[in-house]
Amino acid sequence: MVPVNSYLALAAVLFAIGFAGVLVKRNAIIVFMCIELMLNAANLTFLAFARQSGNMSGHAIAFFVIAVAAAEAAVGLAIIIAVFRSRGTVAMEELDVLRDP
Amino acid sequence: MSDKAEIVFFWIFAVPLMVSALGVVFARNPVYAALSLVTAFFFLAGIYILLTAHLIAFLQIMVYAGAIMVLFLFVVMLLSLSDAELGFDKITAVKWAGIAGAVGVFALVIRAIAEVPVQAMRPVASDFGTVKAIGRLLFTQYLLPFEATSVLLLVAIVGAVVVAKQKI
Repeated sequence: MVPVNSYLALAAVLFAIGFAGVLVKRNAIIVFMCIELMLNAANLTFLAFARQSGNMSGHAIAFFVIAVAAAEAAVGLAIIIAVFRSRGTVAMEELDVLRDP
Repeated sequence: MSDKAEIVFFWIFAVPLMVSALGVVFARNPVYAALSLVTAFFFLAGIYILLTAHLIAFLQIMVYAGAIMVLFLFVVMLLSLSDAELGFDKITAVKWAGIAGAVGVFALVIRAIAEVPVQAMRPVASDFGTVKAIGRLLFTQYLLPFEATSVLLLVAIVGAVVVAKQKI
């Protein structure tokens, strides 16, 4: 039997990869994909604990996470398109208008 | 499923999952990153099935690998980034700090997981993770969040159109 710890460790690996991607990548679309990776790591944790405790609430929450991720992807990609239209780039380090001059 | 088969299947899904997740970070071209992400989602769905979460595994493939990734690929191809944008990421001091931060978070979480005593999974009811059981849960205990999700999706649709449209 695979213990719950293995699933949690796998989720930690996925989360760390996504986190590193968010901090390191310069393309905003790939940063966005890494955020999806982190959401999936959270989902994996919910499902592992749901299986461990025999309580299906984790499945319901994973369902909501997927729905929220879909909404977030739609709005986020619309923002990326709007940014590309106004500034002609999606490179993260060039989107610094809000930073102090 | 026997214990040994479960362990074998866990590694069959887990190793390609981690490799394709790394592929998302290391890909130069966003299209390759998106395809790696689709692969990762498929292997993750396999992991979900090992966790007796059949409905969520199915939704993972339908919503994530289907709908969301099509959206991503659409945007990647719509933007048609120049070669300069696709160039190698410069590893600056800030990015080294980012990598160190990710490793630190990973070490912290693994440390916390190591504290959890290793317990075998308990056997679950035969209807665990089925559409019927989760549907009943969603429409009783989680009815309000479920209805709120529909409003959220409507707001997201309207918001996406408003933000992405040039002139309204």
